[in-house]
Amino acid sequence: MYLKTALGASSALALCVAATAAMAESHATTITIATVNNGDMIRMQGYTDQFTDQTGINVEWVTLEENVLRQRVTTDITTNGGQFDIMTIGMYETPIWGANGWLVPLDNLSEEYDVDDILPAMRGGLSHDGTLYAAPFYGESSMVMYRTDLMEAAGLEMPDAPTWEFIREAAAAMTDRENDINGICLRGKAGWGEGGAFITVTANSFGARWFDEDWNAQFDQPEWAEALNFFVDMMSESGPPGYATNGFNENLSLFQQGRCGMWIDATVAASFVTNPDDSTVADSVSFALAPDTGLGKRSNWLWAWALAIPAGTQQADAALQFIEWATSTGYIELVAENEGWANVPPGARTSLYETPEYQEVPFAQMTLDSINAADPTNPTVDPVPYVGIQFVAIPEFAGIATEVSQEFSAAYAGQQTVEEALENAQALTNDAMEAAGYR
Amino acid sequence: MATQHSRSAARLMMAPAVILLLGWMLVPLTMTLYFSFKRYLPMRGDSLERGLDWVGFENYVRFIGSSSFWPSVQATLLIVGGVLVITVVLGVLLAILLDQPFWGQGIVRILVIAPFFVMPTVTALVWKNMFMDPVNGMFAHLWRFFGAEPVSWLSDAPVESIILIVSWQWLPFATLILLTAIQSLDSEQLEAAEMDGAPVLARFFYIVLPHLGRAITIVILIQTIFLLSIFAEIFVTTGGSFGTRTLTYLIFQRVVDSQNIGLGSAGGVYAIILANIIALFLMRIVGKNLDR
Repeated sequence: MYLKTALGASSALALCVAATAAMAESHATTITIATVNNGDMIRMQGYTDQFTDQTGINVEWVTLEENVLRQRVTTDITTNGGQFDIMTIGMYETPIWGANGWLVPLDNLSEEYDVDDILPAMRGGLSHDGTLYAAPFYGESSMVMYRTDLMEAAGLEMPDAPTWEFIREAAAAMTDRENDINGICLRGKAGWGEGGAFITVTANSFGARWFDEDWNAQFDQPEWAEALNFFVDMMSESGPPGYATNGFNENLSLFQQGRCGMWIDATVAASFVTNPDDSTVADSVSFALAPDTGLGKRSNWLWAWALAIPAGTQQADAALQFIEWATSTGYIELVAENEGWANVPPGARTSLYETPEYQEVPFAQMTLDSINAADPTNPTVDPVPYVGIQFVAIPEFAGIATEVSQEFSAAYAGQQTVEEALENAQALTNDAMEAAGYR
Repeated sequence: MATQHSRSAARLMMAPAVILLLGWMLVPLTMTLYFSFKRYLPMRGDSLERGLDWVGFENYVRFIGSSSFWPSVQATLLIVGGVLVITVVLGVLLAILLDQPFWGQGIVRILVIAPFFVMPTVTALVWKNMFMDPVNGMFAHLWRFFGAEPVSWLSDAPVESIILIVSWQWLPFATLILLTAIQSLDSEQLEAAEMDGAPVLARFFYIVLPHLGRAITIVILIQTIFLLSIFAEIFVTTGGSFGTRTLTYLIFQRVVDSQNIGLGSAGGVYAIILANIIALFLMRIVGKNLDR
């Protein structure tokens, strides 16, 4: 009888303890963050426990491929879905969403955070009417990454600021089909932020533009045909098979496997291709500015993957704490301490480029130069009515450019000619702009 | 025999389920219809709270007038038709094979059915990265082993690749239904035909195939319903490029990429109409089998 009572009492006690623990658990704040599956974000997820230990805030990650992330967060914000407390967005979305009142303004960041330390190009691109709406986790431009060993074997020397002609020649010289080495790997995958972004900056350097000053599509102009034909010819000569389906991650993997002589893409990739743990060619990679054609514009972009708080969230304070933690100099130092300076998120803070240890990283200066060479307010040779280098900062752009890049990808795959692709792009862009009331 | 009383009780008990199912269908359908007559561009600040502008049939005219509309209908029919042909033909052959007694029959049957349990997204990813990748894929290695140039499946033969992937996924379903049907075939009939000297092909065409008629009809009907809305496989592999943009995918692009909910909804109404035309056609032509 005594034993029964004791057992009963201890069971009741255990239940009480369990219930209290469960209640405590349910009261702990949890924030949900949508992010892109790029290396720096994956690395950040590894350090999340430290944030939870410091603040008691739990973090749940939703990690998605670039195109999918854009679709998910856009749908969530326009429908006021409230699935996420923090969204990883870029320079295209931030000003538009900020203007619509969909994001929490980041105007009460703490003093230690030092918001003035954020690179001016990044701050400008992530603000609307002078108010910052997203904090850059990392910033990037694009540049040439190339294999020094293959370049040497080809008997060539890469200039710091190459031309497209040189790139094409070098690519042809480095191509070795027998050994599966492609002279050059570039994005051809449909999607405005994938192949669409790359061909837009290439076209900028050839003197092409998306719209004239009256918002008329410009795909019927000779500069576009020249840029696209150049790209298709060079990739057929020296690109990897099936490049029409390759985006950032596909090309990164090819380069790391040693299958590309050159790769022109985001500066942030420099840390992944020079990391011996991931890259088989880590010790023979060097960098140069993105190419031009002598018209005054280089084919490099400006982008920041930034963290923003959707206006509908119930956890704005916790979200702000996380953003401060993840985009602070403290986080940069944490990564530097554990994984070396080459692996810190680049391109966001001025102080990083003043750090002596970081100045020794081989791609640091080239990244900064590339970021400084990009001017979103004046992106093309001829004047344009829009802001943005690899995108046009209007709400309709994502939809239009996704379809245009699908037309281009079909031309890369040989399903239609470049002329047909441009004709279709011209028609569908003008249709959409007319429907949106621009023309 | 059911009494009046038990029939009423049955109706009463079924009512919640019926109401729920009706609501499940009617609410989205009504909303789609409603939005299709409205200008609804959330990126331009339109929202339900602020009220939406009535635009009449403008969305319908624009959707059908778009240069992407007919190619997307064509792509839809091509993919659905391709998958149906492959799954039915191979399904019949596999069903006949699996009906034969052989060692390890149980395990083989499970293996054949297994692809049906894999999620479409996973299936598509596996095919895209492990089989069809032109550099690291298994097919590329195989092609190179025989001295051939690897094929860029998803850009050189995109529609065929998607048909292949979807067929792989739906073949188990067809096989399962057809195997069940074939097992109900009276073996004495076949033996009698064999004793009368009917050759294998004649036995197949005059006895087995007619017996499978009903099962094939069911396979075609059910698969068509699901295949008309095929999405994940295209989303993961080609993203609608290279002529693989089906009607469903086009609607998705209009709503999600272009954030034009009115236009996408009008597309949704067209998709419903198309599905009903196909369903009517199938019920009339193929569905006659079910009456026999």
